[in-house]
Amino acid sequence: MLESLKGMMLTLASTVTGLRRPVTQQYPTQATPVKPRFMGFPALTWDGGVSEPYCTGCMVCIRNCPTQCMSASMMDNPKHADGDSSRRKIVDYFEINLNRCILCGICVEYCNFDAIVMSHEHEMSTYARNGDRVNLPALLDIGKKYQVKTDWVPPTVLAKQKADAAKAAADDTADASE
Amino acid sequence: MAEPAVPTAIPERADSQPVEMLLNMGPQHPSTHGVFRMVLWVDGEKIVDVEPHIGYLHRGSEKLCEGEQYHQIVTLFDRMDYIGNFNNELAYCMAVEKLMGLQVPERAEYIRVILCELNRIASHLLYVGTMGLDAGAMTPVMFSFRGRERVQALFEAVSGARLMHNYFRIGGLKEDVPDNFRQLVDELMPLLKEDVEQSDRILTFNEIFLSRLKDVSPITADEAIGLGLTGPMLRACGYEYDVRRAQPYSVYDRFDFEIPVGLDGDCWDRHWVRVQEMYQSLRIVEQAMEQLPEGPVASSLGRRLVRPPEGESYVRAENPRGEIGVYVVSDGTDRPYRLKVRPPSFCNLSALRRLLEDTWLADSVVVLGSLDIVLGEVDR
Repeated sequence: MLESLKGMMLTLASTVTGLRRPVTQQYPTQATPVKPRFMGFPALTWDGGVSEPYCTGCMVCIRNCPTQCMSASMMDNPKHADGDSSRRKIVDYFEINLNRCILCGICVEYCNFDAIVMSHEHEMSTYARNGDRVNLPALLDIGKKYQVKTDWVPPTVLAKQKADAAKAAADDTADASE
Repeated sequence: MAEPAVPTAIPERADSQPVEMLLNMGPQHPSTHGVFRMVLWVDGEKIVDVEPHIGYLHRGSEKLCEGEQYHQIVTLFDRMDYIGNFNNELAYCMAVEKLMGLQVPERAEYIRVILCELNRIASHLLYVGTMGLDAGAMTPVMFSFRGRERVQALFEAVSGARLMHNYFRIGGLKEDVPDNFRQLVDELMPLLKEDVEQSDRILTFNEIFLSRLKDVSPITADEAIGLGLTGPMLRACGYEYDVRRAQPYSVYDRFDFEIPVGLDGDCWDRHWVRVQEMYQSLRIVEQAMEQLPEGPVASSLGRRLVRPPEGESYVRAENPRGEIGVYVVSDGTDRPYRLKVRPPSFCNLSALRRLLEDTWLADSVVVLGSLDIVLGEVDR
């Protein structure tokens, strides 16, 4: 009996604190912010410097995808012939079937060109049965949105910066010890 | 007990009076925690026999594993026991690491342990909530899900996903934890402790709850071992067996924690053991955070294609639900030749017929709830 009363006291105390500060989020009107590492649907990134996608259509992501939800093809990069871009090949066609995608992030991990990211996009329900087959322009749109929102820096550039900083710090300590 | 086959006809007694009845529970029954069907053979309110039917969620995960590369299989293990994802990932990664003789960096081991123990708490919190619902208490689930939500927020910050993390890799982790990981855990721990205490206080010693669970389907330790029960199911019988202690894997031999055991092996003891385990998991997380070293989190393997040498390995680990075993056979290619999982829920569920022997029909829901099964793992 005493234990039951204790339980009831807990409920009562929570009700009183609950009156003071409601914690329920009114979801559709008040969206819960996602964490920086949140893995939403994959999207392709846009290289603003030469205005072309990072993706070269090398198919690494497609080979490593556990669900085979992507397809792509590559073509010769016209901008490389003009000397504007260092990319010899560029993506021609890219499609992700988001209904099949399991948001595992393996494609991002295996990409050698920083070309694919797990965007923060997750509310993408459509009325059409094939509405979640997303093509290249749409993927780039999502990617651009993500890049702007998160101030995206290519992971390889980030890793290089980090390594350089570590090296500089090591040099400094070496100098100091000399 | 009667014949193991599904009873199809209404049995007749010697006096030719049909008194027993077939009762179909499930697959769409709220208390079955998924899609699980029990064909109950009842005599009045007493259960005479039960025939469990599984396979409604069968996806052929073990067969799928044979067609996937080693690094892709982690995603399949996430989807087996979808309440204890990190623990499942750990068991699989350890099996392949053992096959390859791979050394995992210390920091990665510690982060794995921290996440696994937090996952155990999240899993047991879910259990406390659903056990309350099974016994007719609607409030505890509100308290336990608040704690579970907090743990999942941490998981999202670390791995990017709340449920299907795909964070552990063969030889380490996908990436290091975020820079503010220590701060996040430090903020989480006192709140989580409070949540665990509250969901314990509101339910465990409640008089109605006690009378619903105490002395319901007790089982002795000998019998439990004979039936292949593991995890909290076995420890509730008073047998102190925990893989983390009996055969320490990862870095579990470096932590000081107790193994809670029950007395009678009844439903309430199973509940009590799980609640006490949450406190012990909190202790392990605290110790692991203190000892957490700096350093790399991935082995020298890096992103290279995993090709274990020919051979086989078996690894067991303590999941929230019991002992998981992963058996991998490699033929030297990038895909396993065969992969077999010993799922704890499935093995625990196989004791259902014994556990429901001579219980009341109304208790069947409580007994099933105390098994704490996850159908994704039972059916695989």
